[in-house]
Amino acid sequence: MRSSRTLVRVLAVAATLAVALTGCSSKGGAQNQAGGSGGSGTAAQGKRYTIAMVTHEQAGDTFWDKIRAGAQDAAKNLNVDLKYSNNENGPEQATLVQNAIDSKVDGLAVTLSNADAVIPAAKKAANAGIPVVVFNQGFDQYKQAGAKMYFGSDEDLAGQSIGQRISADNGGKALCVIQAQGSVALETRCAGVKKTFANTENLYVNGADKPAEQASIGAKLQQDKAITHVVTLGAGDALAALNAKTDAGSSAKVVTFDLNPDAAKAIKDGKIGFSVDQQPYVQGYMAVTALWLNLTNGNDMGGGKPVLTGPSFVDSTNIDQILPYTASNKR
Amino acid sequence: MSAPVATQPPRAPQEPPRATRSLTARVLTRPEIGAVAAAIAIFIFFFAVAAPFRTLPAFSTVLYASSTIGIVAVGVALLMIGGEFDLSSGVSVVTSALTAAMVSFQLSLNVWVGVLVSLIVALAIGFLNGYLVVRTGIPSFLITLSTFFMLRGINLGVTKAVTGTVATPNVSELDGFGAAKAVFASDINLGIITIKITVLWWIVFVAIATWLLLRTRVGNWIFASGGNAASARAVGVPVPKVKIGLFMGVAFLAWFYGMHLLFNFSSVQSGLGIGNEFIYIIAAVVGGALLTGGYGSAIGAAVGAFIFGMTTQGIVFAGFDPNWFYTFLGAMLLLAVLVNLYVKQYALTRK
Repeated sequence: MRSSRTLVRVLAVAATLAVALTGCSSKGGAQNQAGGSGGSGTAAQGKRYTIAMVTHEQAGDTFWDKIRAGAQDAAKNLNVDLKYSNNENGPEQATLVQNAIDSKVDGLAVTLSNADAVIPAAKKAANAGIPVVVFNQGFDQYKQAGAKMYFGSDEDLAGQSIGQRISADNGGKALCVIQAQGSVALETRCAGVKKTFANTENLYVNGADKPAEQASIGAKLQQDKAITHVVTLGAGDALAALNAKTDAGSSAKVVTFDLNPDAAKAIKDGKIGFSVDQQPYVQGYMAVTALWLNLTNGNDMGGGKPVLTGPSFVDSTNIDQILPYTASNKR
Repeated sequence: MSAPVATQPPRAPQEPPRATRSLTARVLTRPEIGAVAAAIAIFIFFFAVAAPFRTLPAFSTVLYASSTIGIVAVGVALLMIGGEFDLSSGVSVVTSALTAAMVSFQLSLNVWVGVLVSLIVALAIGFLNGYLVVRTGIPSFLITLSTFFMLRGINLGVTKAVTGTVATPNVSELDGFGAAKAVFASDINLGIITIKITVLWWIVFVAIATWLLLRTRVGNWIFASGGNAASARAVGVPVPKVKIGLFMGVAFLAWFYGMHLLFNFSSVQSGLGIGNEFIYIIAAVVGGALLTGGYGSAIGAAVGAFIFGMTTQGIVFAGFDPNWFYTFLGAMLLLAVLVNLYVKQYALTRK
């Protein structure tokens, strides 16, 4: 008797979970449904292609939210079924690319943050006849991955342009804040700054923990009074740096990469000097659009060279025009 | 239970009823039985909802993803049966890979020299973990947490100091790379399906660990050390040696997976591996290992890794929104441990 009652209980739990899980999955699939039905009004006619986008996004980042917004808008306009997946670790991201190949997608858009790990998988996709587009990261390596096109910023150039601006601003010493240890792209940005502004020091902080990041930057500003410019590599990090500056009573200027509504407002208020925007919305939008053009017309873009979406400067001269777009998640 | 009792007397009153019951009970009381049930349920679920999941290449990808977790999880499961934790297993994978890459590249040596040096380094880390735990009596959670932080810093600091960047140089031009890749990171064509060699190694390690646990004296020692260290010591089990050995076992498997990372991708970024230690522990726990030690199995850890690999890839094959990825993963894990619990209770009340 007791055992059969336990069995009933097991079944009840299993059934409840099954219902709960089905609920979960239909929520998850809602994105695809929206892409399908939403396209009815303005969508391009013809075959519906499936495009996989595999990135190194660390979940919950506002920057990546814009890349995805761009990709989804393009997918909606072009009647494309967009399959998005991400993992911040290169080896796992490579497995996700393999997953896309197994799923026989029509096109692949991929980021090469950990180039050595992801290139073999991307090349495998290209060899399997899947057109590959690299975006966001992979400026130097996209051709090795068998990709015809690249949409993104030149990190080194962006860093150098910041260094030049700091020089022009008669800067004394710059602090370049790296919010994720071990990222090649972030290191490249700071190295770029150092190229055109030699007195630049790197500071490693934990960007996943904003209060800790703020404390680290604040401590550094208190310890080294010679710092005149703080360079942050993300919009959220710029806000942490602004708070740290207040805490430390420092008069250093904060300049940053990328934008979000708060950072844009801080630029308007003159708290942040300027931002170097790599226009993530454009990266996502163009990656999907270029693949669609390639699939429908055999087009390619960039004339065999990378297509740069940045560095695009946002400062007091053009912030009024750009501010509304930050609220709609496009800049 | 009532059904077999009712049918027995008219058929064969003399027959001892224990034989058949004990076989069923033996299967049902295995630590991994709940995980196997959950794995089958999750497999059926993805088979039903995700069309690409049904192909053989997809299965190969699932197996590969599982093996990358499963190899280290085997060692972690044994260690947990022995009553200890290792939070440094995730970063020691990367420490091994970085060591091998930098030693062989900077000194222009055959990659096998780097492979050997990194094995020694990895075993030394494992030994140090174990030695500190048994000598000080401080919980392994704290000792290995310290090792975790130190290795995390060393991984980045040493790599940056030696190479000037945060990733190792590409080692694919060095002597011995081809052979090392064949051992650690090649593809095996089995006719109908091409699988990564890590899947085979994974099976080998699980088999060895299972044999060790169930068929040798050392296996009994491991269960005894984790169940009750004081009693085990009293009956002559060399508890300190067993525990140090288990830490070194985890270190060995972390080294092995580190070599796969290196030879599969030719270079390694120094920031990898963080957080994976929990995935290994989760795989072992889903597979029936108790957090308190003394109970668990190597096959269970393998099934746990398979559940994890299948779920991570299955969600992508099904095209679910990745924003919900961890929610879904959490629900799947909860399902696995609940099924685990209820199957075990069912098995116990059956007896």
